[in-house]
Amino acid sequence: MILTNIDSVPGKQIVQHFGLVQGSTIRAKHFGRDFAAGLKNIVGGELKGYTELLQESRTEATNRMIAQARELGANAIINVRFTTSSVAQGASEILAYGTAVRVE
Amino acid sequence: MSIELLILLFVPLVLLVIGRIVGAHLERAHYASIAEREARFSRQPALSTKHVDAPAPIQSTSLASGSVVVSIDQFKRFLSRFRMLIGGEVRPYTKLIERARREAILRMKESQPDADLYINTRLETSNISSASGEGGMGIVEVLAYGTAVHYARSHDQ
Repeated sequence: MILTNIDSVPGKQIVQHFGLVQGSTIRAKHFGRDFAAGLKNIVGGELKGYTELLQESRTEATNRMIAQARELGANAIINVRFTTSSVAQGASEILAYGTAVRVE
Repeated sequence: MSIELLILLFVPLVLLVIGRIVGAHLERAHYASIAEREARFSRQPALSTKHVDAPAPIQSTSLASGSVVVSIDQFKRFLSRFRMLIGGEVRPYTKLIERARREAILRMKESQPDADLYINTRLETSNISSASGEGGMGIVEVLAYGTAVHYARSHDQ
């Protein structure tokens, strides 16, 4: 599966459009419980635990999007977008969406 | 009684001092690391445009992404609270998020280190600390993503 966030796959021709595909996941971050992040909050800088957590969520959302595209018979997803939004206190939704196409 | 009072005043003060000293040290180390890696990737630019006049045929493309979650230190958080009372630019946050953005772009490049350039680079910032409610700001995620372009190599070898 080829992913791009532009309108085409350079060097290839789009032969069929399958429409929008998407994948999302909502993850809760356990604030008070995450002791390491709490300590890190004092000195500032990167909170590695959260970086990894969100990265995992994004991979999960992307994989769900890819699975949807594969089911449709696509071999590429163009114009991929990522968004993150807080849907509830302490939980964020990660959404990946794009246009499934067949390229040759 | 007086010991309790002492602890009550002392603990936040110690946290401020630790935040100030360790935070400044970490920040300096991070800036050094960013500068060094940016120099290494200086010939593989990240563009915000979708199209590029390729000097060579494009062999393949792939999605590159990188992200980082950062927070500010206790000392700057304390100072910023005063700034939020009187308004104006909150300099420590500006600097923190700018630093995070450079880090995210570097991680995006590192996810596809062999690419010749990165087009349609998008940056997204989201506040993930809404639950804590402390000043509303503090923990921020920055995501950078784009399309990594690899040129066909045959012509220059």
